[in-house]
Amino acid sequence: MWNWIQRFSSPKHFYSMSAPLINVFAISALLIGIYGLYLGLFVAPTDYQQGESYRIIFIHVPAAWMSLFIYMVMAISSGIGIIWQIRLADMVAAASAPIGASFAFLALVTGALWGKPMWGAYWVWDARLTSELILLFLYLGYMALQSAIDDQRSADKASGLLAIVGVVNIPIIHYSVEWWNTLHQGATVAKFDKPSMHIDMLIPLMLMALAFKLFYGALVLVRTRNEALYRDRNRRWVRELIEKL
Amino acid sequence: MNWSEFFHMGGYAFFVWTSYALTLIVIVANIVAPIIQRKKVIARIKRAIKRENIETANAEKQ
Repeated sequence: MWNWIQRFSSPKHFYSMSAPLINVFAISALLIGIYGLYLGLFVAPTDYQQGESYRIIFIHVPAAWMSLFIYMVMAISSGIGIIWQIRLADMVAAASAPIGASFAFLALVTGALWGKPMWGAYWVWDARLTSELILLFLYLGYMALQSAIDDQRSADKASGLLAIVGVVNIPIIHYSVEWWNTLHQGATVAKFDKPSMHIDMLIPLMLMALAFKLFYGALVLVRTRNEALYRDRNRRWVRELIEKL
Repeated sequence: MNWSEFFHMGGYAFFVWTSYALTLIVIVANIVAPIIQRKKVIARIKRAIKRENIETANAEKQ
């Protein structure tokens, strides 16, 4: 079993196996994204309270969900890297950070653009917004630690610990709308009750969330392959591969 | 619904379309950045290989 994991998680093996998956993820993300956008912008009805402004939801919520999901991927693979010293896991974590940061940024700016017409302000120091901003800073902190430390193993350990400690922020983001009296609206989808959302709005939202997830899948593969090439730059498999290019 | 109504977004055009434009920018940046990164990594390794080849050639001459 252990041998099998070791072999399966070798960067060389990953590099050769991952190439065809990139296109599968990218093409399905594109198709599902286009269909989700069509349903969201043309088919979904107007919201009775928020008018057309609510259509920001189809990018704002998937971006926010992805910022949480990618953080968990980053923290869990950092943990695997630290405990079992699987190098591929550290590469996945390092590859995920900039993607997650971009989604956290997107969630914040689209949220500001939605907040202005609905709340009258681009930004308020509300629990949901503040904890999401901290998430962005955690991503940036991870990336700063990665690039500040020259020795790769130390860099992975330091930034990985930061990622793991930062997991405490994830339930705070999720439950902030319940624990505090926030301006941000409560959960409409991720709750135990039935989602309190019209099905014609819910379907495009779910499609967009799936498209974002598949897009992340393609991106993390490409970035992890880059990490593998860079970190194994002095190993034979990379040398042989580069000489063929 | 006609197109001008669609782009008008019930008066929220600025907020909705700025959001979608920013999303497009973030998506494109996420695609372009790793492609550039890959080119840089490969160029760097190629340079290292060339340098090492010259060094071994020099060492053999001496």
